[in-house]
Amino acid sequence: MKRMMTVLAMAAAMTTTAAYGHGYWLLPSSTVLSAPQFVTFDAAVSNDPFHFNHRPLQIDELQIVAPDGSKVEPINIGKGELRTTFDAKFEQKGTYRLSMYREGVRASWKEADQAKRFMGKAEELSKRIPADAKEVKVSEIANRLEAYVSVGSPSKLKTSGRGLEMVASTHPNDLVAGEPLTLQFLVDGAPAKGVEIEIVRGQTRYRDQKSGQKFTSGQDGKVTVTLPEAGMYWLDADFSDDKVSVKQAKERSLAYVLTLEVLPQ
Amino acid sequence: MRLAVIPALVAALFASTSHAAGLDVKVTVPRINAAEYHRPYLAVWVETPNQDIATTLSVWYGKDKSESKGTKWLKDLRQWWRKGGRDLDMPLDGVSGATKPVGEHTLSYTEGKGPLNKLAPGEYRLVVEAAREKGDRELVRIPFTWPVTKASSLSASGEHELGAISLDLKP
Repeated sequence: MKRMMTVLAMAAAMTTTAAYGHGYWLLPSSTVLSAPQFVTFDAAVSNDPFHFNHRPLQIDELQIVAPDGSKVEPINIGKGELRTTFDAKFEQKGTYRLSMYREGVRASWKEADQAKRFMGKAEELSKRIPADAKEVKVSEIANRLEAYVSVGSPSKLKTSGRGLEMVASTHPNDLVAGEPLTLQFLVDGAPAKGVEIEIVRGQTRYRDQKSGQKFTSGQDGKVTVTLPEAGMYWLDADFSDDKVSVKQAKERSLAYVLTLEVLPQ
Repeated sequence: MRLAVIPALVAALFASTSHAAGLDVKVTVPRINAAEYHRPYLAVWVETPNQDIATTLSVWYGKDKSESKGTKWLKDLRQWWRKGGRDLDMPLDGVSGATKPVGEHTLSYTEGKGPLNKLAPGEYRLVVEAAREKGDRELVRIPFTWPVTKASSLSASGEHELGAISLDLKP
């Protein structure tokens, strides 16, 4: 039961993006390494990027993939009240991808005038929603959370062709303040127009104007951004379409969240 | 007796470098008042106008440190690391060495020999970057043209982690 609850909490966290409520994020202690070593991570759900002030993020579905494609297991996992922490050792040269990807459904309906909601796996929909339910709304969701760490030279990144993804003109572990950066957003592997993107630099609690830069991708799925200051940035991208695979769903919501470290010149 | 040897050594030094074109770089590691002082990591390289590394000339780092043999902090030579330091395997013969104490250090590079080797004719900049544990980072650039037509001496200075830097161009 407890396991079930945590899975649901995770699902809830991963469906709340900037557009709907709390954001979620992974914060690496380092992203650029010149020798094999440990990196520690915070994972949390909060309104303020990298400020753990709300809830821990479940990392059950976290995958850490090494440059050669092998998997690295997170160790020293600690679940606190405000954040989850874990360590991972990065030994190979190249780029490690940390990601959490989740596909599922979000549903709302009325049962004898009572509003009900469900988030989880598509297969469970029929068990959850009674046949006489009214005002049934079902959306498919596919959310991706990523962070990258490189040892030595960053290596080329591959996309999976599933859900919302991003290809950057400069490797995410190779960013320097003030240099223009072109980001291309892909939905199921194809460039997508109309993806809404927000990029927020961390430490929002130390400034009045917290909100970040907002962009919408063009015909080729691209946006060009400049990150003028060094720091840790939270990128959140959202998109919706009607390419559903679950028969009850009319709409699909896709989200992509990435942590970017920008170094000074 | 010992004193008599020094002029001979000096003569030998000049004899070996006076015939070939090259660069002499003097780097001053400044005295810094710090309760805990560590010698800086330092990189010297030649940069093209678009800021690519033409060649890395010298790298000083804590290579005798046990922690990943000192390479753990090479990334703090941030610009050198990003522009190409990360593609090199340390230690590197004739390029890398241990960190050096406060004072002036002369580095000589000869055309046709590693690490200077051959530079295509053009505009370049000599770059010296220093980063110190519990200290700061600084980068100094001196523009020059290659090949050298007339012996000349160029200089620049850092303000924090680097003192006077000079570049003697030898035709």
